[in-house]
Amino acid sequence: MGRLTVNLCGIELDNPVIPASGTFGFGYEFAQWYDINCLGTFSFKGTTREPRFGNPTPRIAECPAGMINAVGLQNPGVEKVISEELPKLKEVFHKKVMANVSGFSVEDYAYSCEKLDAEEQVGWLEVNISCPNVHGGGMSFGTDPKAAAEVTRAVKRVATKPVIMKLSPNVTDITEIAKACEDAGADGISLINTLQGMRINLKTRKPVIKNVMGGVSGPAVFPIALRMVWQVCRAVKIPVIGMGGIASAEDALEMMMAGATAVEVGAANLADPYASKKIIEDLPAAMDQYRIQSLGELKGDC
Amino acid sequence: MKQQILRVTENIRIAENVYKMVLENPELEEQKPGQFINIRIDGLYLRRPISVCESDPGNVVIIYKVVGKGTEQLSRIRKREYLDVLTGLGNGYDLSKAGDHPLLLGGGVGVPPLIKLARMLRDAGKEVQAVLGFNTKAEVFGEGAFQEMDCKTTVTTVDGSYGVKGFVTDALPEDYSYFYTCGPEPMLRAVYKATCTSGQFSFEERMGCGFGACMGCSCKTITGYKRICREGPVLEKEEILWDD
Repeated sequence: MGRLTVNLCGIELDNPVIPASGTFGFGYEFAQWYDINCLGTFSFKGTTREPRFGNPTPRIAECPAGMINAVGLQNPGVEKVISEELPKLKEVFHKKVMANVSGFSVEDYAYSCEKLDAEEQVGWLEVNISCPNVHGGGMSFGTDPKAAAEVTRAVKRVATKPVIMKLSPNVTDITEIAKACEDAGADGISLINTLQGMRINLKTRKPVIKNVMGGVSGPAVFPIALRMVWQVCRAVKIPVIGMGGIASAEDALEMMMAGATAVEVGAANLADPYASKKIIEDLPAAMDQYRIQSLGELKGDC
Repeated sequence: MKQQILRVTENIRIAENVYKMVLENPELEEQKPGQFINIRIDGLYLRRPISVCESDPGNVVIIYKVVGKGTEQLSRIRKREYLDVLTGLGNGYDLSKAGDHPLLLGGGVGVPPLIKLARMLRDAGKEVQAVLGFNTKAEVFGEGAFQEMDCKTTVTTVDGSYGVKGFVTDALPEDYSYFYTCGPEPMLRAVYKATCTSGQFSFEERMGCGFGACMGCSCKTITGYKRICREGPVLEKEEILWDD
Protein backbone atom coordinates (compact mmCIF):
# COMPACT_ATOMS: atom_id res chain seq x y z
CA MET A 1 0.00 0.00 0.00
CA GLY A 2 1.40 3.38 -1.01
CA ARG A 3 1.37 6.51 1.07
CA LEU A 4 -1.47 7.92 -1.01
CA THR A 5 -3.59 4.77 -1.15
CA VAL A 6 -7.11 4.97 0.22
CA ASN A 7 -9.98 2.50 0.26
CA LEU A 8 -13.26 3.83 -1.05
CA CYS A 9 -16.17 1.52 -0.25
CA GLY A 10 -14.09 -1.61 -0.73
CA ILE A 11 -12.14 -0.52 -3.82
CA GLU A 12 -8.56 0.60 -3.41
CA LEU A 13 -7.59 3.91 -5.01
CA ASP A 14 -3.94 4.72 -5.81
CA ASN A 15 -4.65 8.18 -4.45
CA PRO A 16 -7.70 10.01 -3.12
CA VAL A 17 -8.04 12.53 -5.96
CA ILE A 18 -11.20 12.23 -8.04
CA PRO A 19 -12.17 14.84 -10.65
CA ALA A 20 -15.79 15.73 -9.98
CA SER A 21 -18.73 15.13 -12.24
CA GLY A 22 -19.48 17.87 -14.75
CA THR A 23 -15.91 19.16 -14.82
CA PHE A 24 -14.27 16.17 -16.49
CA GLY A 25 -16.65 15.12 -19.26
CA PHE A 26 -16.23 11.42 -20.01
CA GLY A 27 -12.50 11.63 -19.41
CA TYR A 28 -11.12 11.58 -22.92
CA GLU A 29 -11.12 15.40 -23.21
CA PHE A 30 -8.54 15.39 -20.42
CA ALA A 31 -6.65 12.42 -21.83
CA GLN A 32 -5.49 14.88 -24.48
CA TRP A 33 -3.79 16.92 -21.75
CA TYR A 34 -2.27 14.10 -19.66
CA ASP A 35 -2.44 10.36 -18.90
CA ILE A 36 -5.56 10.27 -16.74
CA ASN A 37 -4.58 6.90 -15.27
CA CYS A 38 -2.70 8.88 -12.62
CA LEU A 39 -6.07 9.70 -11.03
CA GLY A 40 -7.63 7.77 -8.16
CA THR A 41 -10.66 7.60 -10.43
CA PHE A 42 -13.04 10.24 -11.79
CA SER A 43 -16.77 10.82 -11.71
CA PHE A 44 -18.17 11.14 -15.22
CA LYS A 45 -20.68 13.68 -16.54
CA GLY A 46 -24.07 13.42 -14.82
CA THR A 47 -26.13 10.94 -16.81
CA THR A 48 -29.90 10.81 -17.08
CA ARG A 49 -32.31 8.25 -18.52
CA GLU A 50 -33.10 10.40 -21.58
CA PRO A 51 -30.67 12.61 -23.54
CA ARG A 52 -30.66 16.26 -22.45
CA PHE A 53 -29.43 19.44 -24.12
CA GLY A 54 -29.50 21.35 -20.85
CA ASN A 55 -30.17 25.02 -20.27
CA PRO A 56 -29.96 27.94 -22.70
CA THR A 57 -26.68 29.89 -22.84
CA PRO A 58 -25.03 31.85 -21.27
CA ARG A 59 -24.53 29.07 -18.76
CA ILE A 60 -21.35 30.37 -17.12
CA ALA A 61 -20.42 33.41 -15.03
CA GLU A 62 -17.32 34.48 -13.13
CA CYS A 63 -17.59 35.26 -9.42
CA PRO A 64 -15.03 36.18 -6.75
CA ALA A 65 -12.73 33.17 -6.29
CA GLY A 66 -14.92 30.95 -8.40
CA MET A 67 -17.58 30.54 -11.00
CA ILE A 68 -21.28 29.92 -11.46
CA ASN A 69 -22.67 27.36 -13.87
CA ALA A 70 -26.14 26.47 -15.05
CA VAL A 71 -25.34 23.77 -17.60
CA GLY A 72 -28.43 21.79 -16.69
CA LEU A 73 -27.23 18.19 -16.99
CA GLN A 74 -26.42 18.15 -20.69
CA ASN A 75 -25.71 14.50 -21.51
CA PRO A 76 -26.43 11.99 -24.27
CA GLY A 77 -28.61 9.74 -22.07
CA VAL A 78 -27.69 6.49 -20.35
CA GLU A 79 -27.95 4.26 -23.46
CA LYS A 80 -25.51 6.37 -25.46
CA VAL A 81 -23.20 6.80 -22.48
CA ILE A 82 -22.92 3.01 -22.40
CA SER A 83 -22.72 2.44 -26.15
CA GLU A 84 -20.51 5.41 -27.10
CA GLU A 85 -18.82 7.17 -24.18
CA LEU A 86 -17.68 4.19 -22.12
CA PRO A 87 -15.98 2.41 -25.08
CA LYS A 88 -14.11 5.64 -25.90
CA LEU A 89 -13.13 6.00 -22.25
CA LYS A 90 -11.86 2.42 -22.13
CA GLU A 91 -9.13 3.33 -24.60
CA VAL A 92 -7.64 5.97 -22.30
CA PHE A 93 -8.62 4.95 -18.76
CA HIS A 94 -7.94 1.53 -17.32
CA LYS A 95 -9.31 1.94 -13.80
CA LYS A 96 -12.82 1.73 -12.44
CA VAL A 97 -14.78 4.90 -13.11
CA MET A 98 -17.44 6.49 -10.93
CA ALA A 99 -20.79 6.69 -12.72
CA ASN A 100 -22.67 9.87 -11.86
CA VAL A 101 -26.43 9.52 -12.23
CA SER A 102 -29.22 12.06 -12.09
CA GLY A 103 -32.95 11.75 -12.52
CA PHE A 104 -36.40 13.30 -12.43
CA SER A 105 -38.17 10.46 -10.66
CA VAL A 106 -37.24 7.59 -8.36
CA GLU A 107 -37.80 5.23 -11.32
CA ASP A 108 -35.40 7.27 -13.49
CA TYR A 109 -32.64 6.90 -10.94
CA ALA A 110 -33.19 3.16 -10.57
CA TYR A 111 -33.35 2.66 -14.35
CA SER A 112 -30.08 4.48 -15.10
CA CYS A 113 -28.27 3.00 -12.11
CA GLU A 114 -29.26 -0.56 -13.02
CA LYS A 115 -27.91 -0.05 -16.56
CA LEU A 116 -24.63 1.49 -15.43
CA ASP A 117 -24.17 -0.97 -12.57
CA ALA A 118 -23.94 -3.73 -15.17
CA GLU A 119 -20.97 -2.07 -16.87
CA GLU A 120 -17.66 -3.62 -15.98
CA GLN A 121 -15.84 -0.26 -16.14
CA VAL A 122 -18.09 1.21 -13.45
CA GLY A 123 -16.75 0.88 -9.90
CA TRP A 124 -19.18 3.07 -7.98
CA LEU A 125 -22.51 4.76 -8.56
CA GLU A 126 -22.59 8.38 -7.47
CA VAL A 127 -26.22 9.37 -7.24
CA ASN A 128 -26.73 13.09 -7.71
CA ILE A 129 -29.72 14.19 -5.66
CA SER A 130 -28.45 17.73 -5.65
CA CYS A 131 -28.40 19.37 -9.09
CA PRO A 132 -29.50 22.97 -8.54
CA ASN A 133 -29.88 23.76 -12.25
CA VAL A 134 -32.78 21.66 -13.34
CA HIS A 135 -36.35 22.35 -12.32
CA GLY A 136 -37.78 19.33 -10.56
CA GLY A 137 -34.56 17.45 -11.09
CA GLY A 138 -32.16 16.19 -8.51
CA MET A 139 -32.13 18.86 -5.86
CA SER A 140 -35.75 18.29 -4.90
CA PHE A 141 -34.73 14.78 -3.81
CA GLY A 142 -31.70 16.06 -1.95
CA THR A 143 -33.51 18.63 0.17
CA ASP A 144 -35.99 16.23 1.78
CA PRO A 145 -34.73 13.35 3.97
CA LYS A 146 -37.67 11.12 3.01
CA ALA A 147 -37.17 11.63 -0.74
CA ALA A 148 -33.40 11.17 -0.37
CA ALA A 149 -34.00 7.88 1.45
CA GLU A 150 -36.49 6.77 -1.19
CA VAL A 151 -33.99 7.32 -4.02
CA THR A 152 -31.29 5.56 -2.01
CA ARG A 153 -33.48 2.51 -1.41
CA ALA A 154 -34.57 2.32 -5.04
CA VAL A 155 -30.97 2.45 -6.28
CA LYS A 156 -29.72 0.00 -3.66
CA ARG A 157 -32.37 -2.51 -4.78
CA VAL A 158 -30.86 -2.65 -8.29
CA ALA A 159 -27.18 -1.97 -7.56
CA THR A 160 -24.46 -4.50 -6.89
CA LYS A 161 -21.78 -1.80 -6.67
CA PRO A 162 -21.24 0.78 -3.93
CA VAL A 163 -23.84 3.55 -3.96
CA ILE A 164 -22.59 7.01 -3.04
CA MET A 165 -25.24 9.69 -2.54
CA LYS A 166 -24.16 13.18 -3.64
CA LEU A 167 -25.71 15.84 -1.45
CA SER A 168 -26.77 19.43 -1.90
CA PRO A 169 -25.52 22.17 0.43
CA ASN A 170 -28.71 24.14 -0.24
CA VAL A 171 -30.41 22.77 2.87
CA THR A 172 -30.84 23.80 6.49
CA ASP A 173 -29.24 20.69 8.00
CA ILE A 174 -27.18 18.52 5.67
CA THR A 175 -26.52 15.90 8.37
CA GLU A 176 -30.21 15.04 8.41
CA ILE A 177 -30.12 14.17 4.69
CA ALA A 178 -26.84 12.26 5.10
CA LYS A 179 -28.28 10.18 7.94
CA ALA A 180 -31.44 9.44 5.96
CA CYS A 181 -29.27 8.13 3.07
CA GLU A 182 -27.14 6.04 5.44
CA ASP A 183 -30.23 4.54 7.09
CA ALA A 184 -31.62 3.70 3.64
CA GLY A 185 -28.51 1.69 2.84
CA ALA A 186 -26.12 4.11 1.12
CA ASP A 187 -22.51 2.91 1.01
CA GLY A 188 -21.05 6.40 0.98
CA ILE A 189 -21.81 10.13 0.85
CA SER A 190 -20.25 12.77 -1.34
CA LEU A 191 -20.64 16.50 -0.77
CA ILE A 192 -21.01 19.30 -1.58
CA ASN A 193 -22.68 19.99 -4.91
CA THR A 194 -22.72 23.67 -5.88
CA LEU A 195 -24.34 26.44 -3.84
CA GLN A 196 -27.09 28.39 -5.56
CA GLY A 197 -26.07 31.86 -6.62
CA MET A 198 -26.46 34.51 -9.32
CA ARG A 199 -24.84 37.54 -10.96
CA ILE A 200 -26.34 40.58 -12.68
CA ASN A 201 -24.74 42.35 -15.63
CA LEU A 202 -24.56 46.03 -14.61
CA LYS A 203 -24.75 47.22 -18.23
CA THR A 204 -27.79 45.22 -19.30
CA ARG A 205 -29.36 45.05 -15.80
CA LYS A 206 -30.16 41.41 -16.55
CA PRO A 207 -28.85 38.20 -14.93
CA VAL A 208 -25.58 37.08 -16.53
CA ILE A 209 -26.86 33.50 -16.67
CA LYS A 210 -29.87 32.92 -18.92
CA ASN A 211 -31.35 30.53 -16.35
CA VAL A 212 -30.99 33.38 -13.78
CA MET A 213 -29.56 31.19 -11.01
CA GLY A 214 -26.69 28.76 -11.15
CA GLY A 215 -24.39 26.77 -8.91
CA VAL A 216 -21.38 28.46 -7.31
CA SER A 217 -18.13 26.50 -7.17
CA GLY A 218 -14.43 27.17 -6.81
CA PRO A 219 -12.28 28.27 -3.84
CA ALA A 220 -15.09 30.63 -2.74
CA VAL A 221 -17.07 27.65 -1.42
CA PHE A 222 -14.18 25.70 0.17
CA PRO A 223 -14.73 26.75 3.82
CA ILE A 224 -18.45 26.02 3.57
CA ALA A 225 -17.77 22.64 1.98
CA LEU A 226 -15.15 21.81 4.61
CA ARG A 227 -17.56 22.68 7.42
CA MET A 228 -20.32 20.50 5.93
CA VAL A 229 -17.95 17.58 5.34
CA TRP A 230 -16.82 17.84 8.96
CA GLN A 231 -20.45 17.82 10.14
CA VAL A 232 -21.46 14.89 7.95
CA CYS A 233 -18.39 12.85 8.94
CA ARG A 234 -19.54 13.16 12.53
CA ALA A 235 -23.11 12.20 11.69
CA VAL A 236 -22.56 9.02 9.65
CA LYS A 237 -20.30 5.95 9.77
CA ILE A 238 -20.08 5.34 6.00
CA PRO A 239 -17.20 6.83 3.95
CA VAL A 240 -17.49 10.44 2.87
CA ILE A 241 -16.00 12.06 -0.24
CA GLY A 242 -15.28 15.74 0.37
CA MET A 243 -15.51 18.28 -2.41
CA GLY A 244 -16.09 21.98 -2.94
CA GLY A 245 -13.41 24.39 -4.06
CA ILE A 246 -10.40 22.08 -3.63
CA ALA A 247 -7.54 23.62 -5.59
CA SER A 248 -4.35 22.31 -3.94
CA ALA A 249 -2.83 19.34 -2.12
CA GLU A 250 -3.19 21.34 1.10
CA ASP A 251 -6.93 21.75 0.49
CA ALA A 252 -7.18 18.00 -0.09
CA LEU A 253 -5.39 17.31 3.21
CA GLU A 254 -7.70 19.71 5.05
CA MET A 255 -10.72 17.87 3.65
CA MET A 256 -9.26 14.56 4.80
CA MET A 257 -8.48 15.97 8.24
CA ALA A 258 -12.17 16.88 8.41
CA GLY A 259 -12.89 13.20 7.89
CA ALA A 260 -13.16 12.70 4.13
CA THR A 261 -11.92 9.33 2.81
CA ALA A 262 -11.29 10.80 -0.64
CA VAL A 263 -11.72 14.16 -2.35
CA GLU A 264 -13.30 15.35 -5.56
CA VAL A 265 -11.81 18.23 -7.51
CA GLY A 266 -14.28 20.20 -9.60
CA ALA A 267 -14.06 23.72 -10.96
CA ALA A 268 -10.26 23.72 -10.67
CA ASN A 269 -10.11 21.36 -13.69
CA LEU A 270 -11.79 24.00 -15.84
CA ALA A 271 -9.48 26.84 -14.83
CA ASP A 272 -6.42 24.61 -15.24
CA PRO A 273 -6.69 21.32 -17.15
CA TYR A 274 -3.75 19.93 -15.15
CA ALA A 275 -5.24 20.81 -11.72
CA SER A 276 -6.06 17.27 -10.55
CA LYS A 277 -2.73 15.87 -11.75
CA LYS A 278 -0.84 18.65 -9.96
CA ILE A 279 -2.69 18.00 -6.70
CA ILE A 280 -1.70 14.32 -6.85
CA GLU A 281 1.92 15.23 -7.61
CA ASP A 282 2.01 17.80 -4.81
CA LEU A 283 0.52 15.51 -2.15
CA PRO A 284 3.73 13.71 -1.02
CA ALA A 285 5.62 16.98 -0.38
CA ALA A 286 2.63 18.49 1.41
CA MET A 287 2.35 15.34 3.55
CA ASP A 288 6.06 15.57 4.41
CA GLN A 289 5.63 19.17 5.42
CA TYR A 290 2.79 18.33 7.81
CA ARG A 291 4.38 15.05 8.97
CA ILE A 292 1.72 12.77 7.54
CA GLN A 293 3.17 9.30 6.86
CA SER A 294 0.18 7.96 4.96
CA LEU A 295 -3.27 9.30 4.17
CA GLY A 296 -4.78 6.33 5.99
CA GLU A 297 -3.72 7.89 9.29
CA LEU A 298 -6.00 10.91 8.80
CA LYS A 299 -9.12 9.84 10.66
CA GLY A 300 -10.99 13.08 10.81
CA ASP A 301 -10.48 13.47 14.54
CA CYS A 302 -9.73 17.17 14.34
CA MET B 1 -4.16 22.05 -27.44
CA LYS B 2 -1.30 23.03 -25.20
CA GLN B 3 -0.77 24.92 -21.98
CA GLN B 4 2.10 27.33 -22.55
CA ILE B 5 3.75 30.31 -20.90
CA LEU B 6 3.86 33.11 -23.44
CA ARG B 7 5.90 36.31 -23.21
CA VAL B 8 4.12 39.57 -23.97
CA THR B 9 6.20 41.58 -26.43
CA GLU B 10 3.64 44.26 -27.24
CA ASN B 11 0.32 45.45 -25.81
CA ILE B 12 -0.85 48.71 -27.35
CA ARG B 13 -4.10 50.59 -27.84
CA ILE B 14 -5.06 50.68 -31.55
CA ALA B 15 -8.59 52.16 -31.39
CA GLU B 16 -11.12 53.22 -28.80
CA ASN B 17 -11.09 50.47 -26.10
CA VAL B 18 -9.32 48.15 -28.54
CA TYR B 19 -5.85 46.71 -27.88
CA LYS B 20 -3.36 44.65 -29.81
CA MET B 21 -1.17 42.15 -27.92
CA VAL B 22 1.72 40.11 -29.30
CA LEU B 23 2.70 36.94 -27.44
CA GLU B 24 5.78 34.81 -28.04
CA ASN B 25 7.23 31.43 -27.18
CA PRO B 26 9.65 29.59 -29.50
CA GLU B 27 7.65 26.38 -28.91
CA LEU B 28 4.34 27.91 -29.92
CA GLU B 29 2.86 26.36 -33.05
CA GLU B 30 1.23 28.46 -35.73
CA GLN B 31 -2.40 29.08 -34.73
CA LYS B 32 -5.09 28.74 -37.39
CA PRO B 33 -7.45 31.60 -38.28
CA GLY B 34 -10.71 31.14 -36.36
CA GLN B 35 -8.96 29.36 -33.49
CA PHE B 36 -8.67 31.01 -30.09
CA ILE B 37 -6.40 31.07 -27.08
CA ASN B 38 -7.58 31.04 -23.45
CA ILE B 39 -5.66 33.37 -21.16
CA ARG B 40 -5.30 33.11 -17.40
CA ILE B 41 -5.52 36.51 -15.72
CA ASP B 42 -4.28 37.09 -12.17
CA GLY B 43 -7.06 37.41 -9.63
CA LEU B 44 -9.75 36.07 -11.95
CA TYR B 45 -10.95 32.50 -11.84
CA LEU B 46 -11.93 31.69 -15.39
CA ARG B 47 -9.62 32.17 -18.34
CA ARG B 48 -10.59 34.65 -21.04
CA PRO B 49 -10.95 33.25 -24.57
CA ILE B 50 -9.63 35.59 -27.30
CA SER B 51 -9.51 34.79 -31.02
CA VAL B 52 -6.30 34.62 -32.98
CA CYS B 53 -5.63 37.61 -35.25
CA GLU B 54 -2.25 36.68 -36.73
CA SER B 55 0.13 33.85 -35.97
CA ASP B 56 3.39 32.38 -37.19
CA PRO B 57 5.35 29.60 -35.53
CA GLY B 58 6.59 31.16 -32.27
CA ASN B 59 4.11 34.00 -31.98
CA VAL B 60 0.46 34.95 -31.88
CA VAL B 61 -1.24 38.33 -32.18
CA ILE B 62 -4.58 39.05 -30.55
CA ILE B 63 -6.78 42.13 -30.85
CA TYR B 64 -9.33 42.52 -28.08
CA LYS B 65 -11.84 45.04 -26.84
CA VAL B 66 -12.08 46.07 -23.20
CA VAL B 67 -15.58 44.98 -22.22
CA GLY B 68 -15.20 43.97 -18.58
CA LYS B 69 -12.87 43.22 -15.70
CA GLY B 70 -10.88 40.53 -17.50
CA THR B 71 -10.11 42.45 -20.68
CA GLU B 72 -9.54 45.63 -18.67
CA GLN B 73 -6.86 43.83 -16.68
CA LEU B 74 -5.41 42.35 -19.87
CA SER B 75 -5.05 45.86 -21.28
CA ARG B 76 -2.82 46.84 -18.34
CA ILE B 77 -0.33 44.00 -18.84
CA ARG B 78 3.07 45.31 -19.83
CA LYS B 79 5.74 44.19 -22.22
CA ARG B 80 7.96 41.38 -20.94
CA GLU B 81 5.30 39.98 -18.62
CA TYR B 82 4.40 36.30 -18.96
CA LEU B 83 0.93 34.81 -19.38
CA ASP B 84 -0.36 31.26 -18.79
CA VAL B 85 -2.24 30.46 -22.00
CA LEU B 86 -4.08 27.46 -23.46
CA THR B 87 -3.30 27.50 -27.18
CA GLY B 88 -4.64 25.80 -30.30
CA LEU B 89 -8.28 25.81 -29.19
CA GLY B 90 -11.28 25.48 -31.49
CA ASN B 91 -11.63 24.28 -35.06
CA GLY B 92 -10.81 27.37 -37.14
CA TYR B 93 -12.07 28.32 -40.58
CA ASP B 94 -12.04 25.78 -43.42
CA LEU B 95 -10.28 27.51 -46.30
CA SER B 96 -10.95 24.77 -48.84
CA LYS B 97 -14.47 26.02 -49.58
CA ALA B 98 -13.56 29.62 -50.38
CA GLY B 99 -13.92 29.52 -54.17
CA ASP B 100 -11.88 32.04 -56.16
CA HIS B 101 -13.26 35.34 -54.80
CA PRO B 102 -14.40 34.95 -51.18
CA LEU B 103 -15.92 37.71 -49.06
CA LEU B 104 -14.91 38.43 -45.45
CA LEU B 105 -17.41 40.17 -43.17
CA GLY B 106 -16.19 41.38 -39.78
CA GLY B 107 -17.85 43.41 -37.06
CA GLY B 108 -15.86 45.17 -34.31
CA VAL B 109 -13.55 42.69 -32.58
CA GLY B 110 -14.91 40.11 -35.03
CA VAL B 111 -12.49 41.65 -37.54
CA PRO B 112 -9.20 40.23 -36.12
CA PRO B 113 -9.74 36.53 -36.98
CA LEU B 114 -10.34 37.58 -40.59
CA ILE B 115 -6.90 39.19 -40.92
CA LYS B 116 -4.91 35.95 -40.90
CA LEU B 117 -7.66 34.32 -42.91
CA ALA B 118 -7.35 37.04 -45.56
CA ARG B 119 -3.60 36.55 -45.72
CA MET B 120 -3.88 32.79 -46.17
CA LEU B 121 -6.61 33.13 -48.80
CA ARG B 122 -4.58 35.72 -50.70
CA ASP B 123 -1.47 33.52 -50.53
CA ALA B 124 -3.59 30.74 -52.00
CA GLY B 125 -4.29 33.00 -54.98
CA LYS B 126 -7.80 34.08 -54.04
CA GLU B 127 -9.24 37.49 -54.80
CA VAL B 128 -10.39 38.57 -51.33
CA GLN B 129 -13.00 41.26 -50.61
CA ALA B 130 -13.66 42.54 -47.09
CA VAL B 131 -16.39 44.55 -45.42
CA LEU B 132 -15.54 45.72 -41.89
CA GLY B 133 -18.25 47.17 -39.66
CA PHE B 134 -17.85 49.41 -36.61
CA ASN B 135 -20.07 51.67 -34.50
CA THR B 136 -18.09 54.84 -35.06
CA LYS B 137 -14.86 56.21 -36.54
CA ALA B 138 -12.94 56.07 -33.23
CA GLU B 139 -13.42 52.30 -33.09
CA VAL B 140 -12.19 51.57 -36.62
CA PHE B 141 -9.09 49.38 -36.97
CA GLY B 142 -7.72 46.80 -39.38
CA GLU B 143 -8.55 48.58 -42.64
CA GLY B 144 -4.86 49.06 -43.41
CA ALA B 145 -4.06 45.38 -42.89
CA PHE B 146 -6.61 44.35 -45.52
CA GLN B 147 -5.56 47.09 -47.94
CA GLU B 148 -1.90 46.03 -47.66
CA MET B 149 -2.98 42.60 -48.80
CA ASP B 150 -4.70 44.20 -51.81
CA CYS B 151 -8.14 43.17 -50.58
CA LYS B 152 -10.98 45.31 -51.87
CA THR B 153 -11.97 46.74 -48.48
CA THR B 154 -15.09 48.63 -47.42
CA VAL B 155 -15.58 50.05 -43.94
CA THR B 156 -19.02 50.79 -42.53
CA THR B 157 -19.92 52.74 -39.40
CA VAL B 158 -23.34 52.77 -37.80
CA ASP B 159 -23.23 56.55 -37.27
CA GLY B 160 -21.74 57.30 -40.67
CA SER B 161 -18.66 58.99 -39.19
CA TYR B 162 -16.38 56.92 -41.44
CA GLY B 163 -16.89 54.98 -44.68
CA VAL B 164 -20.35 53.77 -45.63
CA LYS B 165 -23.11 54.64 -43.15
CA GLY B 166 -24.85 51.55 -41.82
CA PHE B 167 -24.04 47.88 -41.14
CA VAL B 168 -21.84 45.43 -43.05
CA THR B 169 -24.99 44.11 -44.68
CA ASP B 170 -25.57 47.59 -46.19
CA ALA B 171 -22.30 47.30 -48.12
CA LEU B 172 -22.36 43.74 -49.44
CA PRO B 173 -20.75 43.36 -52.88
CA GLU B 174 -22.90 41.76 -55.54
CA ASP B 175 -20.54 39.02 -56.52
CA TYR B 176 -18.60 36.68 -54.23
CA SER B 177 -17.89 32.94 -54.29
CA TYR B 178 -18.26 32.21 -50.57
CA PHE B 179 -18.12 34.14 -47.30
CA TYR B 180 -16.48 34.03 -43.88
CA THR B 181 -17.81 36.11 -41.00
CA CYS B 182 -17.17 36.93 -37.35
CA GLY B 183 -18.89 39.54 -35.18
CA PRO B 184 -21.61 40.15 -32.61
CA GLU B 185 -24.63 37.87 -32.82
CA PRO B 186 -27.09 40.48 -34.22
CA MET B 187 -24.64 41.05 -37.08
CA LEU B 188 -24.26 37.32 -37.69
CA ARG B 189 -28.04 36.96 -37.89
CA ALA B 190 -28.23 39.81 -40.41
CA VAL B 191 -25.39 38.29 -42.46
CA TYR B 192 -27.16 34.95 -42.44
CA LYS B 193 -30.23 36.55 -44.02
CA ALA B 194 -28.47 38.92 -46.41
CA THR B 195 -25.92 36.58 -47.99
CA CYS B 196 -26.61 34.59 -51.14
CA THR B 197 -23.88 31.95 -50.94
CA SER B 198 -22.78 29.38 -48.43
CA GLY B 199 -20.36 30.51 -45.73
CA GLN B 200 -18.84 30.05 -42.29
CA PHE B 201 -19.68 31.88 -39.04
CA SER B 202 -17.44 32.23 -36.01
CA PHE B 203 -19.44 32.43 -32.78
CA GLU B 204 -18.76 33.90 -29.39
CA GLU B 205 -20.02 32.42 -26.11
CA ARG B 206 -19.23 32.59 -22.42
CA MET B 207 -16.99 29.60 -21.69
CA GLY B 208 -16.00 27.68 -18.60
CA CYS B 209 -12.97 25.73 -19.73
CA GLY B 210 -12.51 26.43 -23.47
CA PHE B 211 -11.52 22.85 -24.26
CA GLY B 212 -14.74 20.87 -24.28
CA ALA B 213 -15.05 19.63 -20.71
CA CYS B 214 -17.77 21.67 -19.05
CA MET B 215 -20.55 21.97 -21.66
CA GLY B 216 -20.81 25.66 -20.75
CA CYS B 217 -20.93 26.88 -24.36
CA SER B 218 -23.11 24.29 -26.07
CA CYS B 219 -25.44 25.18 -28.91
CA LYS B 220 -27.99 23.31 -31.00
CA THR B 221 -27.25 22.80 -34.70
CA ILE B 222 -28.92 20.95 -37.56
CA THR B 223 -26.30 18.23 -37.07
CA GLY B 224 -26.75 17.92 -33.29
CA TYR B 225 -25.36 19.58 -30.19
CA LYS B 226 -22.01 21.27 -30.57
CA ARG B 227 -19.62 22.97 -28.18
CA ILE B 228 -18.58 26.42 -29.41
CA CYS B 229 -15.14 25.84 -27.89
CA ARG B 230 -14.55 22.45 -29.46
CA GLU B 231 -16.64 21.70 -32.56
CA GLY B 232 -16.78 25.51 -33.06
CA PRO B 233 -16.29 28.39 -32.84
CA VAL B 234 -16.71 28.19 -36.62
CA LEU B 235 -19.96 26.70 -37.88
CA GLU B 236 -21.15 26.26 -41.47
CA LYS B 237 -24.14 28.36 -42.53
CA GLU B 238 -26.18 25.23 -43.34
CA GLU B 239 -25.90 23.79 -39.83
CA ILE B 240 -26.84 26.89 -37.83
CA LEU B 241 -30.02 26.90 -35.76
CA TRP B 242 -30.80 30.34 -34.31
CA ASP B 243 -32.55 30.22 -30.97
CA ASP B 244 -35.11 32.92 -30.38
